[in-house]
Amino acid sequence: MGGGTGIGRVRGLGSARHGSMHWWRQRVTAVGNLLLAVWFVISLFRLPALDHATVTAWIGQPLVAVPLVLLTISVFYHFRLGLQVVVEDYIHEEAGKVFFVLLLNFYAIGGAALAIFSILKIAFGGVPA
Amino acid sequence: MSRNPGRPLSPHLTIWKWGPHMAVSILHRVTGSGLAVVAGLGFVWWLVAAASGANAYATFLACATSPIGYLFAIGLTWSFFQHLSSGVRHFVLDVGAGYELRTNKTWAVVVMAAPLMLTLLVWAPILARALKQGGN
Repeated sequence: MGGGTGIGRVRGLGSARHGSMHWWRQRVTAVGNLLLAVWFVISLFRLPALDHATVTAWIGQPLVAVPLVLLTISVFYHFRLGLQVVVEDYIHEEAGKVFFVLLLNFYAIGGAALAIFSILKIAFGGVPA
Repeated sequence: MSRNPGRPLSPHLTIWKWGPHMAVSILHRVTGSGLAVVAGLGFVWWLVAAASGANAYATFLACATSPIGYLFAIGLTWSFFQHLSSGVRHFVLDVGAGYELRTNKTWAVVVMAAPLMLTLLVWAPILARALKQGGN
């Protein structure tokens, strides 16, 4: 980091004043996860079998597909926020921090997109037998 | 991160005697990270396989019900219960309750013991049935 002005040296290093938003959304998604994940696990256990036909027929119902999409959004957003804090706490050089937060964002958004697309594909009925 | 060497360094992890509250705190992070990666990938794989057709789903199911698959599933079950119970503990701490030393310690222990028992409760019948079927 060169000389520059005082403001130039500290810009981007301080609080973005997003701390309370991050904290609050972590809690909101935690409540979402609590309700939806418990529903999801109990529902899976109550299925008569876990074969392809049973599972796709189950996912295809509106009252399953929609909570499943919401679960995906809540869980993937929750761990995106949570793992960002883990990366910020344990990775000390700036370059590694940027790399892992970038990787985390790609994984969370890419994974959620794949999951949601798959749920919708099953629900909208385009599954080959 | 740059540090002014003229400033005193705050006492760090290594000097503290480990207590249940520290263990439960780090377990929350470990299980959260583990769930995010392993359960996250498994969940996406499950859905993509189901949406791709019977063959892809059969491959997923074969891996999930292999011995390694069961090992992962048991680990994820424990991680799920652990992250869930320490997460509920965080809700209590968030409202400012449960900071008295004895209360905090007691609940930290409960929050670590309960997931172990719940995992056993879920998996004991499944494994017992699998062993019985394997024996016949």
